[in-house]
Amino acid sequence: MSTFDNPFDPNRRLHAGGCSCGQHVSEAEHQAAQLQVQAAIESEQQRYEGVVASAVMRAMFPQDVARRAFLKSVRAATAAAALSQFFPLKTATEAFAAGGPLEKKDLKVGFIPITCATPIIMAAPMGFYAKNGLNVEVIKTAGWAVIRDKTINKEYDAAHMLSPMPLAITMGAGSNPIPYTMPAVENINGQAITLSIKHKDKRNPKDWKGFKFAVPFDYSMHNYLLRYYLAEHGIDPDADVQIRAVPPPEMVANLRADNIDGFLGPDPMNQRAVFDGAGFIHILTKDIWEGHPCCAFAASKEFVTSMPNTYGALLKSIIEATAYAHKAENRKEIAAAIAPANYLNQPPIVLEQILTGTFADGLGNIVQQPNRVDFDPFPWQSFAVWIMTQMKRWGQIKGDIDYAGIAAQVYLATDAAKLMKEAGLTPPAATTKSFSVMGKTFDPAKPEDYLASFKIRKAS
Amino acid sequence: MTSSLRFRAAVVSIVLFAAFLGIWHLATRSTGAVGNMSPEYAKLMGLTATQGKSAMPGPLDVGAKLWEHLRQPFYDNGPNDKGLGIQLGYSIARVGLGYFLAVIVAIPLGFLIGMSPLISKALDPFIQVLKPISPLAWMPLALYTIKDSSISAIFVIFICSVWPMLLNTAFGVAAVRKEWINVARTLEVGTVRRAFTVILPAAAPTILTGMRISIGIAWLVIVAAEMLVGGTGIGYFVWNEWNNLSITNVIIAILMIGIVGMLLDQILARFTRMVTFPE
Repeated sequence: MSTFDNPFDPNRRLHAGGCSCGQHVSEAEHQAAQLQVQAAIESEQQRYEGVVASAVMRAMFPQDVARRAFLKSVRAATAAAALSQFFPLKTATEAFAAGGPLEKKDLKVGFIPITCATPIIMAAPMGFYAKNGLNVEVIKTAGWAVIRDKTINKEYDAAHMLSPMPLAITMGAGSNPIPYTMPAVENINGQAITLSIKHKDKRNPKDWKGFKFAVPFDYSMHNYLLRYYLAEHGIDPDADVQIRAVPPPEMVANLRADNIDGFLGPDPMNQRAVFDGAGFIHILTKDIWEGHPCCAFAASKEFVTSMPNTYGALLKSIIEATAYAHKAENRKEIAAAIAPANYLNQPPIVLEQILTGTFADGLGNIVQQPNRVDFDPFPWQSFAVWIMTQMKRWGQIKGDIDYAGIAAQVYLATDAAKLMKEAGLTPPAATTKSFSVMGKTFDPAKPEDYLASFKIRKAS
Repeated sequence: MTSSLRFRAAVVSIVLFAAFLGIWHLATRSTGAVGNMSPEYAKLMGLTATQGKSAMPGPLDVGAKLWEHLRQPFYDNGPNDKGLGIQLGYSIARVGLGYFLAVIVAIPLGFLIGMSPLISKALDPFIQVLKPISPLAWMPLALYTIKDSSISAIFVIFICSVWPMLLNTAFGVAAVRKEWINVARTLEVGTVRRAFTVILPAAAPTILTGMRISIGIAWLVIVAAEMLVGGTGIGYFVWNEWNNLSITNVIIAILMIGIVGMLLDQILARFTRMVTFPE
């Protein structure tokens, strides 16, 4: 007799026709139900097997055409059998499933259509999410503020953000304070200062007084790097020039319409301005700070703690995609994968120039800079400290700041390190490093000294 | 005579349109090769930079692209790339839902305001303050409180289409001729029956005029709202193509928005004619 039967029910069946568990009318029905449960478990396993097999298949035949030709000649079942000959599919499936069950498989990840989002985007068409058992929809979003609101509203599970944004959200600058995390950097370098073609003879920043510049968002590396660059050349970014926040696509149109003199913007907009004959690339941001972070992969603290396995699988996909994007030989293929309307919606030749680093500069030269954009997921906490010094320098945040504490809370370096190891990469042992921006060395242990050393800064 | 007038008007329309296309075509012609570029460099550049092609597309470009869209209006390549027909469908559905909710609220409330001077006076200050608020000003507030972007878009449609309907209904109801109501009262017709058999038919043309203004406003607002929240709809399509700097597609979207807006207006105009009666 089951404990779930209601003993107060006068209509309860008393005869022994029930099953052994008491929940079914007859033994036959009980067995049928058991079979169903069994089948569900088996189909789960088969699904995992399917995911692993397709990932292996994709890895062996990255070209769709070649894979199709192979499949056509031998049929799918034969192909799977052949694969398992030299790749232990079963073992791989078990190892993969051992990470614990995913709390949620269907995820939505928002992105802004710029090349910085490359790993987040390409992970969808190139199967990195599917490989980790996730069904991720990457959704193009209208702007940084919308992406912030939609992730806070939980319409998105995670999102592409600018690396200063999770810090700003956590500290409550420009929004309500909500604990945010940034477990991976998307790209390093990859931006440029583009000027209107009519300024092609004004290459010295000292001549730029009165210029109007655009950056995509107030809390962005673009804003901080442009201000830094101008200030190092003696131009006060608050007094001598005008800097406005303009959405990236409007940058090119405004440049052509003579509304702005230049911008420090994300690609593809720099290259697009060249492509359309509206501007030229004055300097790549890698020449301001080699290896600076730009965009990031961010999720709320709540998502990280309430769905650890899903978060792990998602982060792993991103890190694997980032590692794949890091390799120069994959860049052409990636450009082709992210060019269609569903993702960046740009002419492939523009994306190819950006990702391969062989590009037209708008002045008639073909430049070779293989590091123009690079992909390195490790969220150095010293990056966060530098960003906070600039936030304070330009008056976005005030008062005493627990630089190291906030950096450690938001930039999840240890998670990234663990998953990088799993993905076969070698993460750095430390979580902070020193670097130099335009020849000036930054010591993450002394942020206030660094801040005090700048002549041009907003009086606070 | 009328048929000849109509014929002549059509001829003038066609001539004007042809002239417009002609000027457009001439103004956006490419000027031939510009500057001297090395072939490798030219390969990396776009047509605007290499052949002096105008940044503005010509009528032929737009026509070709339009044909491409019309040939397959309902394709669906994942969340960010859907056919024009699907995008318009989403927008029409959003407008329809927000507008329907507005009708449910505005017409009974308008009736009440029109029939009762007390309620009319009491609600007037609220209506006067809420009416002039730009619908898009509600958007951030809606996103923040409702916490769902598609419901926020529908809410914005609702809030902007409710006022013209409410005011026109109230005005139409209040302006029903006193003699008719007095006759009904003499015949001892009850309030509910009076509302349905006397006031509603008399006020119907004014109410429908309000509904016609509202649908126009709703269709105006949906594009801006979808540009902001993104995802689907013709407004998102415009934003997405702008993001790609594809002016051709933006022009096509503008054309489509105009045509659908006209159709919506015509449907309500027909309803208005149906309920209008000669006095």
